[in-house]
Amino acid sequence: MSDHAEAVEHVGGTTVTFLYVWVALLVMTGVEVLLAYEQVPTLIMLTSLLGLSIVKAALIIAYFMHLKFEKLSLFLTLFPMLVLCIILMLIFMPDSMRALSMRVVQ
Amino acid sequence: MSEVNAAVMDSVWQGGKSPYAIGSKKLGMWLFIISDALTFSVMLMAYTYLRLSTPDWPKPFIFSPSIIFSSVMTFCLLSSSLTMVMAVHSMHHGNRKATVRWILATMAGGLAFVILHASEWRHLIVDEHVTPFHNEWNVPLFGGTFFALTGLHMTHVIIGVIYLGIIAFAVGRGKFKYEDVEVSGLYWHFVDLVWMFIFPLVYLMSAKV
Repeated sequence: MSDHAEAVEHVGGTTVTFLYVWVALLVMTGVEVLLAYEQVPTLIMLTSLLGLSIVKAALIIAYFMHLKFEKLSLFLTLFPMLVLCIILMLIFMPDSMRALSMRVVQ
Repeated sequence: MSEVNAAVMDSVWQGGKSPYAIGSKKLGMWLFIISDALTFSVMLMAYTYLRLSTPDWPKPFIFSPSIIFSSVMTFCLLSSSLTMVMAVHSMHHGNRKATVRWILATMAGGLAFVILHASEWRHLIVDEHVTPFHNEWNVPLFGGTFFALTGLHMTHVIIGVIYLGIIAFAVGRGKFKYEDVEVSGLYWHFVDLVWMFIFPLVYLMSAKV
C-alpha cells in the first residue's frame, strides 16, 4: 500500500527531467548576467530580471520541490495567499518615489 | 451503519485521509517555507523601497570580478539543488549509500557558496570599507540592506548545510525515512530559490561594467 503511494508521488520526476530543468536554470542565469554586462536601461533590465527570476522560481518549485506532482489542493492552499501578500506589499512603492521628489534640493 | 462510517472516514475532510496526501513533516516544512518566503519578500521590498527613495545608490559590483564571482556562487547553489534532487531520488529507490554521497555533494556546493560569499564580504568590508552603518559613498542604507539581505540568506545556507549533515549522518546509519530526506530537500531548494531573487535584484541591478 505504502509502496504504491510512493510510486504515485513520483510520477514525472526522472533524472533527465531534472537535468533539463538544471540546464534551463543555468541558461536563464546566463541571460541575466548578459543583461547586466550589456547595461540595458534600468526599467527593461528590472522587468526582464524579475520575469526570468519568476520563471526560475516556478521551475524550482514545480520540479525540484515536486509541487507539480502533488495534489492541487496543496498548491491552492499555499501559493495564492503568498502571491496576494507579496502584491499587497507593492502598495508602498509609489511612496518611495514621492519621498524622492519631496526631498529638499540643496 | 459501519459502511456509512467507513465512507465518512474515507472522505478527505473527515480525517480519514490526509487532505493534501502528504505527511505532516512535509506539510510543516511547506508552511515554514511560505512564512520564510514572506520574510524574504518583505526584506526585498524594503531594499527596493529604500533604493528607489535614495538618490545616487552606489553600484559597487564591477562586472569583473564581482559579478563573475557571484555568478559562480549562483552556479554552486543551482548545482547543489540538482545533487539534492538526486539524493531524494536515490533515497526513494532505497539506496542509502548513494543518498549519503549526493547529500555530501550538496553540502560541498553549499560550503563553496558560503566560502565564496564570505570572501566577497571580506572584500567589501576591508577593501571598499562598507559596513552596515557606513560607506564611502555616503549611502549607509546600502550596507544596511545588503548585509541584512545577504546575511539572512547566508544564515539559511549555513543552517541548511548543518541540517543536511545531520540527515546524511542519520541516513548513513540506517535511520530516517524517505520523507525526512525529501523534507530537507524542500528546505535546500527554497534557499536556492531565494538566491534566484537576491542575485539579480541586489547584484545584477548594481553591476558596473
